[in-house]
Amino acid sequence: MSRMKVTKIIIYILLIGAGFSFLYPFYWMILASLTPESQLGNFNLLPLEISFENYLLMFSKIPIFRSLLNSTVVAASSTTGVLVFGSMIGYALAKRDFRGRNALFFIIIFTMTLPFQITLIPNYVLMVKFRWVDTFAALIIPSLNSAFAIIMFRQVFKGIPDDLIDAARVDGCGELRIIFQVLWPNIIPTIITVGIITFMNSWNEVLWPLIVIRDENLMTMPQLVTLFAVGGRSDAQLGVKLASAVLLALPIIIAYSIFQKHFIRSMASSGLKG
Amino acid sequence: MRIQSKKSMISYFLVSPYLVHLILFVSFPVIFSVVLTFHKWNIISEMQYVGIDNYTRLFQDRLFWKSLVNTLTFLVVHIPLQIIIALALAYILDQKIFCKGFFRATFFLPVVISGVVVTMIWKQLYGVDTGLINKLLVSIGLGKVEWMTNKNIAMISIAIMATWKNVGLYVILFLVGLQSVPQRYYEAADVEGASRWQKFRYITLPAINPTIFMVTILSTIGGFNLFIEPYIMTGGGPLNSTLSAVLYIYKQAFEFYHMGYSASLGLIFAFIIMMVVVIQKYMIEKDE
Repeated sequence: MSRMKVTKIIIYILLIGAGFSFLYPFYWMILASLTPESQLGNFNLLPLEISFENYLLMFSKIPIFRSLLNSTVVAASSTTGVLVFGSMIGYALAKRDFRGRNALFFIIIFTMTLPFQITLIPNYVLMVKFRWVDTFAALIIPSLNSAFAIIMFRQVFKGIPDDLIDAARVDGCGELRIIFQVLWPNIIPTIITVGIITFMNSWNEVLWPLIVIRDENLMTMPQLVTLFAVGGRSDAQLGVKLASAVLLALPIIIAYSIFQKHFIRSMASSGLKG
Repeated sequence: MRIQSKKSMISYFLVSPYLVHLILFVSFPVIFSVVLTFHKWNIISEMQYVGIDNYTRLFQDRLFWKSLVNTLTFLVVHIPLQIIIALALAYILDQKIFCKGFFRATFFLPVVISGVVVTMIWKQLYGVDTGLINKLLVSIGLGKVEWMTNKNIAMISIAIMATWKNVGLYVILFLVGLQSVPQRYYEAADVEGASRWQKFRYITLPAINPTIFMVTILSTIGGFNLFIEPYIMTGGGPLNSTLSAVLYIYKQAFEFYHMGYSASLGLIFAFIIMMVVVIQKYMIEKDE
């Protein structure tokens, strides 16, 4: 056997080992959530007996479907806001001339470098003063704008020729129609990138909901699952906790398996810019 | 003049949503956070001016230093581990291999999954008697490790888990770096009879240097932002050995209602983060 072949075999063993270590924990979680509590504690490849009792018990203990709905509403609203406002501001910065434009751009860049540890407590105080604690307003309104999205949209709009915009103006289009009807169809990849990142960040956010939401019926899914996992209500039953974790992971796993390439490309491009 | 002012009106209309956001959720909080640090406040009663008491208390607070040391422990384990594993996996994926896309997607899976789910799974994997990792260690003849209950190991365990969760993103970034190297460089090196290591050291490494620095900075920020992992896995224990910066801010504010003190912690930690990142950036530029 040649040296090349030995190297190849080692590479494949490493790859399969690594792949297994990334997949198995998720597979085990799903398997354990379907295993009766009495048979848990073993790590198997195949289920011994499938049962949904953990799920039924979990449904009776926490409003998981309500939280699924809450998370969807919150993530969809934030994403819509970030896409609409982000393209308005990105467009103004890229294609319009106005006093304070450069200053605004620098402020936006600066806010991206500002650690959230500074604003966390004052923002909570603001929510208390606005009486937004225990309302969706606290979850949605502060996340309608994103500096990252503005920068992304500014960059892509800068690459679009002015002729296209001028032609639309001659046809009598207002600025909003130019942005959303003329320009948006030309920047679909950026919209997908910003959309995926914003939606995913919102879906996975847990610190802010823990701070501003106390009413169980308004909780987002990661928050509810977190409190269920650390609190006493699961009666230390592992299978029941894991059943809630499966439902939390499932929407993202499904979206990821369909739009996998978009996810990877979006996250990589945001990483490269950040 | 009329036209000019109408034009700028439209511009200001377009940026107005962000201006509102900037004033309410960025400018006001930054200013108010400084004000808060000079006060004692439990959010219900009146704010009480205490001068620089919060700061003097902070620098004598054992838990503040503890959380800083914990964060550094995390970074010292997490950053090298992350770079080495990501680079190794990217290097392998850069070869001609079967099912490349599948492996790339697999490594990336934990990146998109909520940290809540990942931590809940790892809490079981780390179990002393029932955890998979200890079972594997015992099966190859090694002893059990107290992953979450030993105060010297718990933070390292969290750093390992965080590496597992994030490494997929850095594999992709390194892959971009590796693929930016023109193939003809390697061909020229082959002609010269360069070894595999020499090719890596003198061609590959300089090309991926910017990525290594980027991973370092992103991981540093990630370390200071650590919250949900210790919150779920250990609650900051044992003996505060996994108390992270954000977890401590959270506990001061929402378990003890020390708003002023918590804001001081936030401000100091933010200052430390910015300093560390600036120093890292300076070192990068000096290096280049």
